Amino acid sequence: MSGSREATGLNHDGGQAPNGGARKAEGGSREATGLNHDGGQAPNGGARKAPGGLLAKAGPAAGAEEAPKVRRRRALLGSATDITAILLVIVALFAILDFDAFFTTANFTNVLISASLLIVMGVGATFVLITGGVDLSVGSVLVFSGVAAGEVMKAMGGQGWGAALVGIAVSMAAGAAWGVVNGLVVTKLRVPPLIATLGSFGAAQGLAQVITNGNDLKDIPYELVDNLGVGRVAGVPWLVVVALAVALVGGLVLGVTRYGRRTYAIGSNAEAARRAGISVDRHLISVYTMAGLLAGLAGIMSYAQFGSTTLSGHATDNLAVIAAVVIGGTSLFGGVGTMFGTLVGTMIPAVLANGLVIVGLNSFWRDFAVGVVLVAAVYLDQLRRRARTAR
Amino acid sequence: MTALLEARGVTKRFGAVEALRGASFAVGEGEVVALMGDNGAGKSTLIKTICGVYAPDAGEIRFAGSSIAGLSPSAVHGLGIETVYQDLALAPDLDTAANLFLGRELLAAGLLGRFGVLAKKRMAARAVQVLTDLKVAIKDPTAPVATLSGGQQQSVAVARAVTWADRLVIMDEPTAALGVPQTRAVLDLIRRVRDSGRSVVLISHSLPDVMAVSDRIEVLRLGRRVARLVTRETDEAQIVGAMTGAWTQEDAE
Ligand SMILES: Nc1ncnc2c1ncn2[C@@H]1O[C@H](COP(=O)(O)OP(=O)(O)OP(=O)(O)O)[C@@H](O)[C@H]1O
Ligand SMILES: [Mg+2]
Repeated sequence: MSGSREATGLNHDGGQAPNGGARKAEGGSREATGLNHDGGQAPNGGARKAPGGLLAKAGPAAGAEEAPKVRRRRALLGSATDITAILLVIVALFAILDFDAFFTTANFTNVLISASLLIVMGVGATFVLITGGVDLSVGSVLVFSGVAAGEVMKAMGGQGWGAALVGIAVSMAAGAAWGVVNGLVVTKLRVPPLIATLGSFGAAQGLAQVITNGNDLKDIPYELVDNLGVGRVAGVPWLVVVALAVALVGGLVLGVTRYGRRTYAIGSNAEAARRAGISVDRHLISVYTMAGLLAGLAGIMSYAQFGSTTLSGHATDNLAVIAAVVIGGTSLFGGVGTMFGTLVGTMIPAVLANGLVIVGLNSFWRDFAVGVVLVAAVYLDQLRRRARTAR
Repeated sequence: MTALLEARGVTKRFGAVEALRGASFAVGEGEVVALMGDNGAGKSTLIKTICGVYAPDAGEIRFAGSSIAGLSPSAVHGLGIETVYQDLALAPDLDTAANLFLGRELLAAGLLGRFGVLAKKRMAARAVQVLTDLKVAIKDPTAPVATLSGGQQQSVAVARAVTWADRLVIMDEPTAALGVPQTRAVLDLIRRVRDSGRSVVLISHSLPDVMAVSDRIEVLRLGRRVARLVTRETDEAQIVGAMTGAWTQEDAE
């Protein structure tokens, strides 16, 4: 198989271990993303004092009386309005077809569990795509991080809270390290993100295989499996708690902070951001680092969930993540996107996979449907852009 | 008049193209200087070299007595110099307020601000105020600037520069896309900036605008300064002559 099966989301099935089987690094090389941010140095702008002179005059906001409801919706959904409607329609359809099996808390929990790894990686990918970049390395970084954590925990005796906590830290650190590499290659060597992260996709996977000799690590502290892996708090699985917490924090950072604002600015016009004194390179490195760190977090979550490093189970995670983020309304060209959209975009494949099985259809229809929705989402994005530039 | 900004013998090449061939330029305190010249004369390149977008290949650039050649854009901002670029340098997906405060976002008070939370309301209110001053009617200040008209975008860029400049505002064709009232508003604004003690560099192809608002005119031709004129003492024929090469001032160098 070469990369002809485009960015549809594969392999997130319920709670079982992802399938083994062949995977190759040649998957997603034909995504139309690769925007690189080249250009010179740009030390960050020091904070400046408030503007004086012409602005000092008081005066009430004139044109600001837009219906607050509309504005609130725009803030939350942004480019994800249509896709949210589609998710609701899908949920409604399955609820109509088989209410008792589908529309239960237990089933929704299952759907969330199956989506939790992708949500965590999707949060990082949302930032990366909004900068106009792309990160193809996430699935491999997930595997590598799990392996790194596994080896360290094994060296620590394999059991106990100490090993568990160190394992979490090591996994996240290993992921962040790959993120730093991605960021440096993109900004300092000016290799387009598509290629830079395709390189680390192969490299991380290869190193993980070298370290383990191709055999999955299986020993993991019970403390990790029983809590992060299959444990629950107040009835909610830890995996889901962590995923939603990451999404919430990521959404807040993106939506209300200066860091988020600058992420949009760089994706929208990197040169303008640079001239405005924003340290574009440093910001990009931090974004890739965060994406790597979250892939590392997903790595330890996966290890805890499946009790195995699932070496060959994440070859198409990168495409699944990008598909989810893009379906959620984030633009491949940068500058546009919301975390809420990413959540919705992740839930659509998850709900489809779950619901199709429940109503007795072949779950491979999921891949088909996700493919269609993905193309439709990008088409909508293009329409929006065209409508805008036509002015 | 002491020179606030002075460039001497600046050269800048892009591959085979020599955009600046020993260009000189000067602005005094509280002065409005028009920088004129034909298309491709090197005006935009000169001001980008001044504000740190490009580093000069050779030559000297001094601001308030110290050399600023090769500084970064943010270091130049830090000196109180702001620029309206010909290509505007806006982030099209962000709204007016976000563009106005790009790179110097206001943070919320207290603990939230420590976490980097933006003061969106305060920035939006300021933005509306500035635009009102510039007589720019933007229906929805929360819409991405890409949805604004070319002239409205230009006004946003002008507003941003004037808002943040403490000492010198450089405007590269700030009225090229503007309607008559908006152009007048920008010219008024330039006068107000000068009256507040700051200096202005205005790049424009509009002779009437230049005659109306500038104190002096410097003319660039083929990457070199060919004339330094006092607006009150010159006329359109002389300026056009300098731009086309029909007339060269001996000591303009
Ligand atoms: N980034 C660049 N790369 C290559 N050549 C450039 C670049 N920028 C400017 N030039 C060249 O330098 C010369 C001067 O260009 P510049 O933009 O400074 O002219 P200008 O005086 O601003 O013209 P206009 O009135 O059309 O804005 C032109 O010949 C242009 O082609
Ligand atoms: Mg120009």
